[in-house]
Amino acid sequence: MSLVLVNLLDGLVTGLLLFMLCSGLTLIFSMMGVLNFAHASFYMLGAYFGYQISTYVGFWPALLIAPVIVGVAGALVERYGLRRVHKFGHVPELIFTFGLALLIEEVVQFFWGKSQMAFEEPEILKFAAFSIAGNAFPAYKVFMIFIAVGIFLVLLYILTRTRVGLIIQAALSYPETVQNLGHNVPLVFMGVFGVGTALAGLAGVIAGPVLGTFPGMAVVLGTIVFVTIVVGGLGSLWGALAASLLIGWLQTFAASYNVTMRDVLLTLGLTEPADLATSALRDLWTLTLPQIGPILPYLLMVLVLAFRPQGLFGKRET
Amino acid sequence: MSDALRPLAPWGVAALVLAVLPFIFASGAALTVMNQMAITIIFALAYNMLLGQGGMLSFGHAVYMGLGGFFCVHLMNWVEYDNLWLPLPLLPLFGGLFGLFFAMIVGTFSTRRAGTVFAMISLGVGELIAACSIIVVAFFGGEEGVSGDRTMGPTVFGLDFASQQEVYYLSAIWLMISAAAMYLYSRTPAGRMANAVRDNEERAEFLGYSQRKVRFMSFCASGFFAGIAGALFAINFEILTEENLNLATSGSVLLITFLGGAGFFIGPIIGAIVFTLLQTVLSLYTEIWQLYLGILFVATVMFFPSGLTGLIAIHFRPYHLGKISVLTKPYALIALPALGLALASASVLEIAFHARHAALGDEQMSLFGLSFNSHHPLPLIAALALGALCIWLLRRQLPSFREAWDEANYAGGPS
Repeated sequence: MSLVLVNLLDGLVTGLLLFMLCSGLTLIFSMMGVLNFAHASFYMLGAYFGYQISTYVGFWPALLIAPVIVGVAGALVERYGLRRVHKFGHVPELIFTFGLALLIEEVVQFFWGKSQMAFEEPEILKFAAFSIAGNAFPAYKVFMIFIAVGIFLVLLYILTRTRVGLIIQAALSYPETVQNLGHNVPLVFMGVFGVGTALAGLAGVIAGPVLGTFPGMAVVLGTIVFVTIVVGGLGSLWGALAASLLIGWLQTFAASYNVTMRDVLLTLGLTEPADLATSALRDLWTLTLPQIGPILPYLLMVLVLAFRPQGLFGKRET
Repeated sequence: MSDALRPLAPWGVAALVLAVLPFIFASGAALTVMNQMAITIIFALAYNMLLGQGGMLSFGHAVYMGLGGFFCVHLMNWVEYDNLWLPLPLLPLFGGLFGLFFAMIVGTFSTRRAGTVFAMISLGVGELIAACSIIVVAFFGGEEGVSGDRTMGPTVFGLDFASQQEVYYLSAIWLMISAAAMYLYSRTPAGRMANAVRDNEERAEFLGYSQRKVRFMSFCASGFFAGIAGALFAINFEILTEENLNLATSGSVLLITFLGGAGFFIGPIIGAIVFTLLQTVLSLYTEIWQLYLGILFVATVMFFPSGLTGLIAIHFRPYHLGKISVLTKPYALIALPALGLALASASVLEIAFHARHAALGDEQMSLFGLSFNSHHPLPLIAALALGALCIWLLRRQLPSFREAWDEANYAGGPS
């Protein structure tokens, strides 16, 4: 039972971290119709900037400064890159963000090299907040949960309760009308893109010390982020939240329960083949749940696309 | 030459070039590069059936090439150990059929929509297969992949394909067959409908065509030719690993196709040749060649979305107007500063990279035949100054260049 609780908390941390990326991505998608392939690269930039700034002024100022720099970089990319490519159509836009992702990874390697950075959580949070049946739960993870939930509440408040949120929501559905009412819609787009990438940058600063700050971190998380927003339904904020948590828990639970396929197959009444070492089906018998864990999100996505193409919470068919 | 034979001329020239290339570049290294080029060309052409002709952006097309290749390695092993009778030259056909088979499965749910959704599904399926390849050891061989031996099959006309040259001719013949088949496919009604669906799916539906079926056909055909490329990869390298399936390989074929020009049939061919050469040559001289490639790619998407072939094609109009000579002088005038700017930018990057990453105490670096201390500010300043000078020269030339360009594209007499 206590293991379940530990996994629930760990999965919550992973899920909320995913959500910090997915929320920005899905907001940008529903606004501009472009899926930002480089979104996870901004997350990586956040981690690297956070590391670099924290070596000069410490972790806490870095937590504030790095996302701002990433957000400004994102806004500039929108203004001078994406807006230029926009007139060629959606596919070139997607290719542009893909190229940007490649380029950012190379630029990161240019400045920081290929090895992992020694980016660590601040001393003040290096203690166990509480322990469940002997499993210590680090205070830093509690901090991550609070930041992520806080971000979600602020985002929800801005989008649903303020005038800025009203304009953003209107610009999502009727950009021309909003433009005609005298609002600067391109500026709104640039702002949303900047805020979305800043959120990704913030997630990077927070996740850098836990998940490691290395050039492959964007690819590792990037594809999972896409899977998440497809599963949740493209453009749906609540869907993104639900899918993030679902995938977070899916991965955590799969990694910690050592269920073997052999047991499952034996329970189903199948008999183990005698020539297991050479049988073509040998993988089916030797697989374990932690091994399958990494592919579960992709399987989930294929299933969702096959049976519910609009995603869990999506309104339009994808 | 009679008019009926005229369309065949480029194919004849291509076949002739392919036949004589090994006599000009006979070294083993050159043959390896040319084999790789042939494989990449087939793969990129297959990819362009989706991207250029069908308007479908795939982030997971390496899967079909990789699966075809894995299947062929297994076939080679069956030939070796289980006395399966299969001459090696026919192997690519089976690789293609396996690619086709898998594309038919995935195509049933991925071709419902084009654009972003198709791209996402292709990415998910690609990552799924790449992740599976690590854990499904029986088919993919796990981390170390599967390897085979191509020389164990029955000999064909006394050839056992042990030498690189024989493999080159096998690849070249399959390259000609596949390229011709893909070209002919693009001229069939199915190929034309793929264009129509790409340009306006709604109108195509009103004409009575199911956009989904049209996409499905292109997708399957593309999977087939990708499988052929995979089989040739298996024959050439005799080993396939997870690397043949992952996002990096899928991404590089997108890069190749787009660099070459997705809107032209010949685009992927040019892209594959240029990319393979760049990869081989640049990686010899610099550690940060992928950074250059990334910059080149992003610049292409932003400024020349029709790619290298498009860059060549915009000169056809001045050529047909007989005004191509108008451009000679302006081109000559901007060539030098443009080259200087490229070299200066590369120098800045190389010096900064060396200053940051060279081993402690190793401060000497050599660049373009010069040897200097990379930690000293002077070389960096010199490179920056050269760059600034070239930009100034370019800006001075730009108005007259534009004028000449307009003049060359103007159909009337001297304006």
